[in-house]
Amino acid sequence: MTAAPNQFEEVPGAAQPAEAGVSFWSDARRRLFKNKLAIFGAVVVALLAALCFSEPLLCPRVVGFTYEQQDLFLGPAPPSARHWLGTDPLGRDLLARLLYGGKISLMVGLCATFVSLTIGVLYGAISGFAGGKLDMALMRTVDILYALPFVIFVILLMVFFGQNIILLFVAIGAVSWLTMARIVRGQVMSLKRREFVEAAHALGLSRRRIILRHIIPNLLGPIIVFTTLTIPDVILLESFLSFLGLGVQPPHSSWGVLIKEGAEVMEEYPWLLFYPGLVMALTLFSLNFLGDGLRDALDVRGSKD
Amino acid sequence: MRLLTVTNLVTAFHTRNGVLRAVNGVSFHLERGETLGIVGESGSGKSVTCYSLMGLLPMPPARIKSGVAKFENVDLLACSTKYLNQIRGRRMAMIFQDPMTSLNPYLTIGEQLMEPLFIHKKMNRRSAGRRAISILHQVGISDAGQRLRMYPHQFSGGMRQRVMIAMALINRPDLLIADEPTTALDVTVQAQILDLIRNMQRELGMAVILISHDLGIVSGLCRRVLVMYAGQVMESAPTDDLFYQPKHPYTRALQKSIPALQPKGGELYTIPGAPPDLHHPLPGCPFAPRCAHAVDYCSREPVQLRETAPGHSTACLRVQRENLAV
Amino acid sequence: MFRFIARRLLETVPVMFIIATATFFMMRLAPGGPFDSEKNVPPEIKARMAAHYGLDKPLFQQYLLQMKHLLQGNLGPSFKYPGRTVNEIIADAFPASLELGAEALLVALVLGLAAGLIASLKQNSALDHLPMSLAMIGICVPTFVMGPLLISAFALHLDWFNAAGWFSPRDRVLPALTLGAYYAAYVARLTRGGMLEILHQDYIRTARAKGAGGARVLFKHALRGGILPVVSFLGPAIAGLLTGSFVVETIFGVPGLGRFFVTSAFNRDYFMVMGSVLFYALFVIALNLVVDVVLVWLDPKLRFE
Repeated sequence: MTAAPNQFEEVPGAAQPAEAGVSFWSDARRRLFKNKLAIFGAVVVALLAALCFSEPLLCPRVVGFTYEQQDLFLGPAPPSARHWLGTDPLGRDLLARLLYGGKISLMVGLCATFVSLTIGVLYGAISGFAGGKLDMALMRTVDILYALPFVIFVILLMVFFGQNIILLFVAIGAVSWLTMARIVRGQVMSLKRREFVEAAHALGLSRRRIILRHIIPNLLGPIIVFTTLTIPDVILLESFLSFLGLGVQPPHSSWGVLIKEGAEVMEEYPWLLFYPGLVMALTLFSLNFLGDGLRDALDVRGSKD
Repeated sequence: MRLLTVTNLVTAFHTRNGVLRAVNGVSFHLERGETLGIVGESGSGKSVTCYSLMGLLPMPPARIKSGVAKFENVDLLACSTKYLNQIRGRRMAMIFQDPMTSLNPYLTIGEQLMEPLFIHKKMNRRSAGRRAISILHQVGISDAGQRLRMYPHQFSGGMRQRVMIAMALINRPDLLIADEPTTALDVTVQAQILDLIRNMQRELGMAVILISHDLGIVSGLCRRVLVMYAGQVMESAPTDDLFYQPKHPYTRALQKSIPALQPKGGELYTIPGAPPDLHHPLPGCPFAPRCAHAVDYCSREPVQLRETAPGHSTACLRVQRENLAV
Repeated sequence: MFRFIARRLLETVPVMFIIATATFFMMRLAPGGPFDSEKNVPPEIKARMAAHYGLDKPLFQQYLLQMKHLLQGNLGPSFKYPGRTVNEIIADAFPASLELGAEALLVALVLGLAAGLIASLKQNSALDHLPMSLAMIGICVPTFVMGPLLISAFALHLDWFNAAGWFSPRDRVLPALTLGAYYAAYVARLTRGGMLEILHQDYIRTARAKGAGGARVLFKHALRGGILPVVSFLGPAIAGLLTGSFVVETIFGVPGLGRFFVTSAFNRDYFMVMGSVLFYALFVIALNLVVDVVLVWLDPKLRFE
């Protein structure tokens, strides 16, 4: 009995199977790098973050001023050679304040997102794995919370319990975890049913191995995407609170505080609103483009799948 | 006058990886009331051919490079969209492979069923409703009045396909194109649907083009069969002639591949090699690389369909020249 | 359907109860009291004022009293505006907020739907990229930047509108635009996404095969499924419109409830805060119920769960 000829062997013009296996991640990476907007976003964010987080070094040496250094004699001045972005009514250099404020805003963004991520992933994973009545109860709670203007509670929290920056992280994070929980739960539920989990089970893999090698990598995709998209929401929320006077307090600064101060004097000193607004919008843009690009590259859907 | 005459249709897709010639020079004709089957593997171009005729291909990636498709004197490939819209759903109708995704989940069955009447006959609701109920009965759906108000997801697969058929035939078209209508259905239901199509064809006297990868299905319904491979027609013949005296190595190989016809206990026969890469078509006969009978000129000279017996055409050069027995 | 609505209405009761309780204890447990800002009043008078409002009783007793009053619909007096009850203040101020919210929603839907529809039909053309870029701007520029910018451009420089106030119909334009912009942007993106996904479905091909023209395919077949994401979004959007109004009302001087809410929180005007919170929550819950009913109406698959 002769062996059947190899299906794909040496037949000229035949469609060849893909070269070496292309893993999901390398394919995603390739798709991401093709997306110019997303790369632009990533670069801008990285650059801004680098600048802001090196504020302690940059400010005294390169910029020449620190964020709190006042120059009452000079007062508010438009951009000049000495103060590249101008000064505020107290003579403080805007660029220095922007960098410092950026550091705070980004830090709040990251920490609050981390809080949101932790709560959301845990909640969603538990709900998804457990299924049944627990899942229904948990998700109904999320539905109800989703409907409420949670922001009201954050405002109350911040007003009543003082403007502790840690409280700020926690409060903002506590408001933003809902979407993440829904998404994680949706992913877990659909993964539980997928055939490859059953196949792995049939092959004898332990539950732990299944969770580690199969389920978690598939969760990473949506988690990464929505984390990237949560950060700008969180930054917006922080600046919203600061605008109301509830967020970061003087002498600290954040982009929200700077925008608030700029809005107050926008008539006479427009640069004080323009630059902070521009920088914040740019950051949010970039994060959103990056998040969108990640979403396309990792082929992630929305939350109600 | 012939109902449909297709001459040298070439349809290509412009993809990121290059230009893909899904249909590479297809010609055939169809008389009124005739039943024609188009058979081929996935990627043979059988579906794309018919989508090209109906104008249902998304035109950014797809482009009809050349060809004429005369439907009673009007070239479908060159006419205006407005004219095409007048014909589609009225003189020419199509049913698709997956009835679940082909029906709008947000509209009732009745709404979708009556739509061709609203579009083409400008009927009012009451008359349309009566006609809808009547045709549902014809396709074997009882309790039609109730069903009109239901939604697609409330129906089984077989019933959905019946609804699709009813929807296609409600305006008594001259031509019905059925693209793999039974592939997504259970085996038991397949036979019912094919019977239904056959009966409706006899009743309405319309022409039918049945697309399938399954020779068996096609043979039950169609008087003539086209065999396609790599975007070209390899053989065209009356069904019986095709079965008893195939004149193309590919047709022969397809017949050999039918599991039911193979001796028990042996290995299943599969055609060696792989389907061609349509991005880079090779010169010569597209089947040559996999053909047991290929000789050197097969990979060099372009092929064309030629009649070698009354009503029986083949594209195989060896059959044409040497009367090779496959 | 009725069971669905009835169940939701029943759920509302415990939810409101929890909100009331949480708000109550948050307020009372926070440092500071309602009369702290009265600087020149001697402590004995303050104590008497407190007693007058029942603030000297044990906490739990106050809680029960408050709950009783709430069940009777009595929201209590305002500290900051003596002589006026909370009910009165809300009744006075809410219409302005309602109008602002409705107009912003109108802006969001009209602009957003139009932009999203056009973008989805002319995918990857200029008519797609341009609206979507504008939409991105709408998402990334916060209301408190957008507001001052619009004021600066259209009111101060072009003098087409008043910079603030809520008197003539013209005064509605800038606030509605400011508040609506963010939501218009989201609606545009969601509409485009939803429509694109629908337009590639098989049943659109079927509709064309029946001879349906462009308009019929779009409005009869595609739209119903395509706007589902937008309708889903409206739920949280309504919540956001109400809270976003805090900022817009402050910037434009709109005499609405949002301003009252924030200032009363600052002033520890307990009953005012409680009243506002409960009022908002109730409103949002009711509107979300409406949205959910509309969703079920649009998507028959949801009806049989």
